[in-house]
Amino acid sequence: MPGKQLTKTDDLSAAFDRRNADWYIDKLVQTLVFIGGISAIIFVIAIFAFVTKEGFGFLLDRFDFQEFFTSPYWYPSDEDAPEYGILALIAGTASVTGLAMLVAIPFSLGTAVFIAEFASGKTREGLKVLVELLAAIPSVVWGFIGLSIMNPIIIDVFDVPVGLNVLNAGIILGLMAAPIMTSIAEDALKAVPDRYREAAEAMGATRWQVIYKTVLPAAKNGLLGAVLLGVGRGFGETMAVLMATGHSVNIPGSVFDSVRALTATIAAELGETAVGSDHYQVLFTIGIFLFLITFVINLTADLIVRGIRKG
Amino acid sequence: MFETSELNVHNQRVQRLYRTLFLMMTLLLILPVLLILGTLVVKGGSVISIDFLFTSPTDGMTAGGLFPALFGTVWLVAVALLISVPLGIAAAIYLSEYAGENWFTRIINLAIINLAGVPSIVHALFGVGAFVLFFKFGTSILAASLTLAIMTLPVVIVATRESLTAVPHAFREACWNMGATRWQTIRRVVLPNAVSGILTGVILEVSRTAGETAPIMFTGAVFFTPFLPQSVFDQTMAMSLHLFVVSTQVPGVPEDLPYGVALVLIAMVLIMNSVSIAFRMYLRGKKKW
Repeated sequence: MPGKQLTKTDDLSAAFDRRNADWYIDKLVQTLVFIGGISAIIFVIAIFAFVTKEGFGFLLDRFDFQEFFTSPYWYPSDEDAPEYGILALIAGTASVTGLAMLVAIPFSLGTAVFIAEFASGKTREGLKVLVELLAAIPSVVWGFIGLSIMNPIIIDVFDVPVGLNVLNAGIILGLMAAPIMTSIAEDALKAVPDRYREAAEAMGATRWQVIYKTVLPAAKNGLLGAVLLGVGRGFGETMAVLMATGHSVNIPGSVFDSVRALTATIAAELGETAVGSDHYQVLFTIGIFLFLITFVINLTADLIVRGIRKG
Repeated sequence: MFETSELNVHNQRVQRLYRTLFLMMTLLLILPVLLILGTLVVKGGSVISIDFLFTSPTDGMTAGGLFPALFGTVWLVAVALLISVPLGIAAAIYLSEYAGENWFTRIINLAIINLAGVPSIVHALFGVGAFVLFFKFGTSILAASLTLAIMTLPVVIVATRESLTAVPHAFREACWNMGATRWQTIRRVVLPNAVSGILTGVILEVSRTAGETAPIMFTGAVFFTPFLPQSVFDQTMAMSLHLFVVSTQVPGVPEDLPYGVALVLIAMVLIMNSVSIAFRMYLRGKKKW
């Protein structure tokens, strides 16, 4: 307030009031970005709420815990006596995901170690770009590869009548999950401070000794997190599994058996059901089950990874 | 004094052995995929022509091109971006510029991880329950794009947040010292310095969105429609679903046709990704601070 002497009687708060247009715009933006910030929370809650809402009728009236989880009979469209046992579907998902992890875990951790610790310069950059591109291949393309490239190879090599089975889907899913696991694992290795490596090298350790004795123990939790996120990804995969498993309800006895996965069942059957019917609702109930499992997997992975950062 | 001892020689040998082992693992992971992609290119390449890209399927989808699917995917991606980009950027600005390090921020981060981790088919169920039925959009581009937008929101948030936090804090402090409000600082200083990083994230999201199949199967994409979509309330064909349909649902499709569809889809996605990566590398080389 130039030229005017402030006296005790003046309202000081009015003199220093900075609430001009800019101030209000600032507050408005703050509110808007806050809404954006909480949108992720809102969406996760909304997903759970809407999927539960559609599946609720079945949960309330028809849901029989024992039948649902322990019966291998899935005949949802039988008019007289429909059966809703998802045991065989769980077995299908578990066998395919299990085999996929058998393929993906060693190779992606190995690749991550090679990229982060052995490779350098252009080789490292090139490999990283390649892994990133492989991670971008859409799942329906993977399914198509399983259907038209892997299928005849498996029939030829193993002399089996059908090439769409646990083996096929497991390999496809493993190749699919590996690039993602590789990137996350590589991040975990990169998060180990360089002074650890320098200290070990100063003691005369070779590169491999540094990796084995220093880097891997320090990155243990991050790597475990990477594996868990890979499991979650394999578990929730839909199109590739729908196209490469053979899609027949079956508790597999060997890797050459066709199976059907939980996710693929929803994808294949939702289009044929009437909105609100038991069959329609049971598919949403499976959706709730899938949501809860991936929620737990992601939560665990997060707790493991953050645990180490705090310590 | 510095003679190589036997132990040293042994250690060096072990080291070389492991290096080779890990190199083999890397090659075993990457080479088969490159081989598969090579097969796709060889078999699909013979199908692709200008006609293939710009005509409609004919003879019950056993011949002709894929134009309606290509056109539909562009629609779906464009509408999804209109929704997810502003929302994702707002979320990233909140997380990078406003949020403190507390339990609430941690819950937001956890929600983002979960949103990215929820199976795509559960997103599809959500899309059916929320957008098709509850909000009564029907099976339409709008419902499908909303589903896609929510599913790929984490991609935008994470990429934007990364490029915002990469802007040095001193830039902000300098601006605040001039008496600027937070928003003025963000708009004039932070965003201009991060805009290229954000663009990289957006391109990445385009490629993710274009390849998704499950979320659009029941919310807006259809196996076949003779009409091109006129508005966001129309149904449409889409590249990803079209590949599923021609390779599993239609009898009598010539063997090469699905390869052509797969090649076009994968080329779209990988070109987008490569652009995003090249852009990122160019920026890293140019960075002033």
